Amino acid sequence: MSVPRYWRKQQNRYRLRGTHCETCGRYFFPPRNLCPTCRRDGTIVDYEFKGDGKVRTYSIIRTASEDYDLQTPFVLAVVELEEGTCLTAQVICTPEEVYIGMPVKKAFRRIIADGDAGVIVYGTKFVPA
Amino acid sequence: MVGIISYGAYIPRFRIKTEEIARVWGADGAEIARGLGVREKSVPDFDEDTITISVEAARGALARRPLDPGEIGAIYVGSESHPYAVKPSAAAVGEAIGATPVMTAADCEFACKAGTAAIQTGMGLVKSGMVTYAVAIGADTAQGAPGDALEYTASAGGAAIIVGNDDPIAEINHTCSYTTDTPDFWRREGQEYPSHGGRFSGDPAYFKHVQGAARLMLEQMGTTPSDYDYAVFHQPNAKFPTKVAGMLGFSREQITPGLAVPRLGNTYSGAVPVGISATLDIAKPGDRIFVTSYGSGAGSDAFDITVTDVIDSDVFNRNAAPTVEQLLANPVYLDYALYAKHKGKILMQ
Repeated sequence: MSVPRYWRKQQNRYRLRGTHCETCGRYFFPPRNLCPTCRRDGTIVDYEFKGDGKVRTYSIIRTASEDYDLQTPFVLAVVELEEGTCLTAQVICTPEEVYIGMPVKKAFRRIIADGDAGVIVYGTKFVPA
Repeated sequence: MVGIISYGAYIPRFRIKTEEIARVWGADGAEIARGLGVREKSVPDFDEDTITISVEAARGALARRPLDPGEIGAIYVGSESHPYAVKPSAAAVGEAIGATPVMTAADCEFACKAGTAAIQTGMGLVKSGMVTYAVAIGADTAQGAPGDALEYTASAGGAAIIVGNDDPIAEINHTCSYTTDTPDFWRREGQEYPSHGGRFSGDPAYFKHVQGAARLMLEQMGTTPSDYDYAVFHQPNAKFPTKVAGMLGFSREQITPGLAVPRLGNTYSGAVPVGISATLDIAKPGDRIFVTSYGSGAGSDAFDITVTDVIDSDVFNRNAAPTVEQLLANPVYLDYALYAKHKGKILMQ
């Protein structure tokens, strides 16, 4: 991942910063700057998600790309946040522990490192709540 | 008065037993565990490092006492395992807790006492009126070379202490330090593992400096060990802090709540901040806590702390973040092979 690309998404990855439409009440992650429901009538504001949610569905990754190979098998889940929006993220638990509906909370973790000399990308994963 | 506004600790969920490490090196594990007083140590997950531990600890502190992150004027992270040689861990912590950009930040390094050096630096800024709140963190993913004595204890964890003036949960009555140039433990630039002077790290290093700072504190405050309810000493193992407590006149009961090392190992810069956290987890208003850290190289920082009524008030919620006891509970045990994988000790193609 290039350094500028990582840096531009830093606030979203570190703090789950998304957006919220004050007109219809929908929440967006990643952030949208236009509400698809309200269009020009929508009022979009920044919103930091609390980070509590539950596993809506998941997959066990047993064969991963080289950067994630050391962590296999790991759980990749669609997490439904309390505010109603969903995102894809790793859940830190064993494949035996995860289940649909499992309550989870955010955790600050290393996502990927660009070799031994490159930048380290940090961000949000989830752990059992 | 300047004091502790809030605190939070973090310990990874993985452990390896002393006997499992000894098994690999053909040593007597039971004897080593008994000698060190360390039964097991924490091990970081694949995606945990000093920055992630620091962020989780700081978030715990903010959960216990929600502050406006914009009022945090300084963040100092003390560690000897910063993920970057050049690029501050403290800036990443500031970004993750929403304290940026109007703040100062720096990383501290003084072997195992970098965390208490960060507390003192934060106290100075708060007392001078330069900042409202300072976050001082001690955290490490400590390294011990395979087969070295340090491997039995070098662990992972840390704690964050928010320092400020307004309604502290514990007032810091005084701090003082004792420092000399003593080469008992070091790591040269570019080296993966530290070196140490073996038994030299005892008398002329740990015991001299911990006693130096502790006796200075008792003298300057006009107190005796019996004036304190609890005492926290740097804990590279259980043997050293237990012995120095006895030499100074503190009882086993005074040090037990803050002695996490038997189930945690040595979290280096995190050791004393975790010990303070474990003590604050159970402390009552009016309790007085004596603290002395130790960092090789060498120096000790001592603190005299009195817990206030605020710890039981509505502005502070101790249950909003896990206690050290809760963080130590229900660990996942690793064998040496998985431990080696977690610690990146396996040479990969």
